[in-house]
Amino acid sequence: MDDNGGAFIVPVDVRIDRRGGKMSEQTSLRAPRLWNWHRIALFLPAMGLIGFFLIIPIGVIAIYSFLVPGVYGGVVWEFTTNAYRQFLFEQDLFTDEWAFNGAYLNIYGRSIGQAAVATIACLLVGFPTAYFIATRPPENRTIWLFLVTIPYWVNLLIRTLAVLFLLRDQGPINSFLMDWGVIEKPIRLAYTNFAIGFGLVYSYLPFMVLPIYASLERFDFSLMEAGYDLYAGRWTILRKVVLPVVAPGVVAGSLLVFIPSLGSFIAPDILGGGRNLMIGNLIALQFQGSRNWPFGSAAAMILLTLVLLALFFFARRQQGGLASSHG
Amino acid sequence: MSGRESSSQKSLRRYPGFRAVALMCLFLLYVPILVVAIYSFNDIRSITTWGGFSLKWYAKAFSNPQIQSATWNSLVIAVSAATIATCVATAAAMGMTRGRRFRGQGGVFAVISIPLMIPEIVTAVASLAFFLAIGFTLGLHTILIAHTVFCIPFAYLPIAARMQGIEKAFDEAAKDLYAGRWRAFRYVLLPMMTPAIISGYMLAFIISLDDFIITSLVAGPGSTTLPLAIYGLVRVGFSPEINAISTLLLLVSMIFVSASYLVSRIGRSN
Amino acid sequence: MSEGENEIAVHIGDVVKVYGSGDSAHTALHGINLDIRHNEFFTLLGPSGCGKTTLLRMIAGFESVTEGEISLYGQNLATSPPNRRPVNTVFQQYALFPHMTVAKNVAFGLKMKGHGEAETRARVDEMLRLVQLDRFAERRPSQLSGGQQQRVALARALAPSPKLLLLDEPLSALDLKLRQAMRLELKQIQRDAGITFIFVTHDQEEALTMSDRIAVMSEGALQQVGDSRDIYEAPVNRFVADFIGETNLPEVVIERYEGDHAVCRLGDGSELHCSVSEGAAAAGERGHLSIRPERLSFTAAGEEGSIRCVIDRTIYVGTDTQYAVHLGDGSELVVRVQNEAGEELPWSAGDEVGLRLATGAARLLSD
Repeated sequence: MDDNGGAFIVPVDVRIDRRGGKMSEQTSLRAPRLWNWHRIALFLPAMGLIGFFLIIPIGVIAIYSFLVPGVYGGVVWEFTTNAYRQFLFEQDLFTDEWAFNGAYLNIYGRSIGQAAVATIACLLVGFPTAYFIATRPPENRTIWLFLVTIPYWVNLLIRTLAVLFLLRDQGPINSFLMDWGVIEKPIRLAYTNFAIGFGLVYSYLPFMVLPIYASLERFDFSLMEAGYDLYAGRWTILRKVVLPVVAPGVVAGSLLVFIPSLGSFIAPDILGGGRNLMIGNLIALQFQGSRNWPFGSAAAMILLTLVLLALFFFARRQQGGLASSHG
Repeated sequence: MSGRESSSQKSLRRYPGFRAVALMCLFLLYVPILVVAIYSFNDIRSITTWGGFSLKWYAKAFSNPQIQSATWNSLVIAVSAATIATCVATAAAMGMTRGRRFRGQGGVFAVISIPLMIPEIVTAVASLAFFLAIGFTLGLHTILIAHTVFCIPFAYLPIAARMQGIEKAFDEAAKDLYAGRWRAFRYVLLPMMTPAIISGYMLAFIISLDDFIITSLVAGPGSTTLPLAIYGLVRVGFSPEINAISTLLLLVSMIFVSASYLVSRIGRSN
Repeated sequence: MSEGENEIAVHIGDVVKVYGSGDSAHTALHGINLDIRHNEFFTLLGPSGCGKTTLLRMIAGFESVTEGEISLYGQNLATSPPNRRPVNTVFQQYALFPHMTVAKNVAFGLKMKGHGEAETRARVDEMLRLVQLDRFAERRPSQLSGGQQQRVALARALAPSPKLLLLDEPLSALDLKLRQAMRLELKQIQRDAGITFIFVTHDQEEALTMSDRIAVMSEGALQQVGDSRDIYEAPVNRFVADFIGETNLPEVVIERYEGDHAVCRLGDGSELHCSVSEGAAAAGERGHLSIRPERLSFTAAGEEGSIRCVIDRTIYVGTDTQYAVHLGDGSELVVRVQNEAGEELPWSAGDEVGLRLATGAARLLSD
């Protein structure tokens, strides 16, 4: 079960959750307490760096989200929940009354929708691909996996620019179609929701393929033969035998696509042409242009909450899955 | 692994169309970057027609002083961030995988993987807010700090995976043969882990070199990295120069990832 | 210090090992007492989980001692870490350093002990010649076969001239033929090197063929310590009798004791004279006998001094034939009869025959 192929390159992988199993009951060489101090000293730098420069900063924006925005960015130390209220309501400049405003909610809704569509598209392409790779002879699997993984490591900005390059009005697709007389005017592909979706799929497709592959790799294909033996058809077997077993991989893959898509910044920024905002752009904007730090912080906290909720449900699923299927 | 199966057994596992989807997947993944790479060699500015092979956009990119300084910045930051992250991650992997499990181990692992779980944009704005709150001026050093933190899990995962694969018997054998704790590490564990450490280092390097979102928020005026420079050029208008730099960065990433992968394979077969 | 034939090399006194603490505490060893003599090939034998490996690892220094003491030639080992003990180990999976050549592996302990370059090289050559691997000095462990790796591990552990060599199931990764060859080789190397060996195994045949003395362990306690013959012929209790070799363990009623013998009654009423192991039950109580199948033989039914039985099945196993029989009360026994060349099996299923015991074949066990 040692990982083969490029799976090691995947940053968040289903195998993370199995690591517990590999750590057998190990015994210390000396008295436990002394040994523990040694070990604490070993992982303290990593914990310290991440704790001080990431966990505390997140605490800082959590606090900022309850403060009043400063005029030129920054915050004024005064408690208020306005930043959160602003999501649903708009305060009238003169009367100070709050009226419902769905604009921000809309951005969140659109982001979730956009991410969900990208996830489904990745699943539709990713599952057959993973399955196809898993049924290759072992020596070929490595090459396939490697080919699927490589693009992930190419600069996200450049990959997104490449998609823009391809989809532009004067880009190769449009000029190809015009040269052949299929269309007369360029089709508007860039700066649309479609372009963003395409960009997201293109960005995160490897994240879908690898975890599904990882669970398929451990799948006992003789179970399929048992299914055929019991008179099940091809697609029935896929639904009733294969899918339940690889469900943890599918869930992991979906999450790995959905989470970064939800908070994506580059794809909507470049492929959406700055018009089709997503959560990521909304947050960045508050810290760059409009300079409403508390509102940006609140937007970030809401995004973070959504992500943690998704991870939490995933973890619950995963535990259930471990009990019912195999490790 | 099942060995040779009869073709009828194999065909039972096949689903019509899956091969086509898999090929389409590869096509989808590679066509955009290949198109960019091809057009970077186009002699004329047009992106619709092919004007012959030329390296002039590369020459132009190399002679652009902004790109030169951005490249230098990117390299300095990537080397430093990857070095610190790899050292820290190696130590953490030692602490996590050698010796018995301890209470809170899951918690330590969760902390180490936090940079992977939090959306990058949140990391970016949180870092920005924090740096300004504690009175840092933005610049290369803030980029370096943010990159180091972000790179730790990328270096940690391959190193820890390899270290878990090294049985404690090797450690015990070294100690049994009169090596103390330090010499057991120096002469046995470290050489056995070197491939994984190199692999982790290269991944951290690539992550730092490629990062755009975090960098764009925590970079001060004047401290431009390569992705920021590219973004700046795109804002002005699409030029073949961008294709040339992109192709180079693309190549660097691919070489590093392939090398990282090969090194870790060597480590495993040993 | 004179190291005479009967000098104690390793003294293990009241050693207790407890893992964990509080409610989750688990006692792996319950007060082990053992003296291992100088230059002895001593085997710890038992099923997996009996604590034999734990005991070995405590001697090596990889496990702390919860209670009791372990000393080596009179020196208490408790306070010294593994790298300060003149004890080396051959690990179960060998744990050869994959990034070093065979020669470097063998040299490792010498280097760590601070031996000079020339001295180290000479000793490595000597060791590789001892295990007949001098031609492979520059190879990597991964380029060697399992048996060769095993011998490198042995050479590496012997090179620093330890006072005691520990072997943790070193043969278990080899195939049967190689395992048998290595047994003889190991024994020979032990004699040549003149070092005390402590050998851990769950394979009783391995233990019986190589050891000067064997300690049979079960559930964290010593069951019996003795040489191969003692352990096989005179097991002290049911566990040892059952674990070592094959045996019949019929339940009997102890009629009376006659000197150092006992008279016991089998289920069908027939009486047997048997030797008695220490701690056996008192007269009038129930107990178990151990009767080795090869110590039983057949004779005509009803013959004087034989027990009447019926053959249920016969199984031909090459060197001998196994017969499953039942007595008058239905209790079952196994009999092994050596096969003679070219002879048909003299008895077959369904035959009623007489069962005869060789003298001293039956032994009354403690439970």
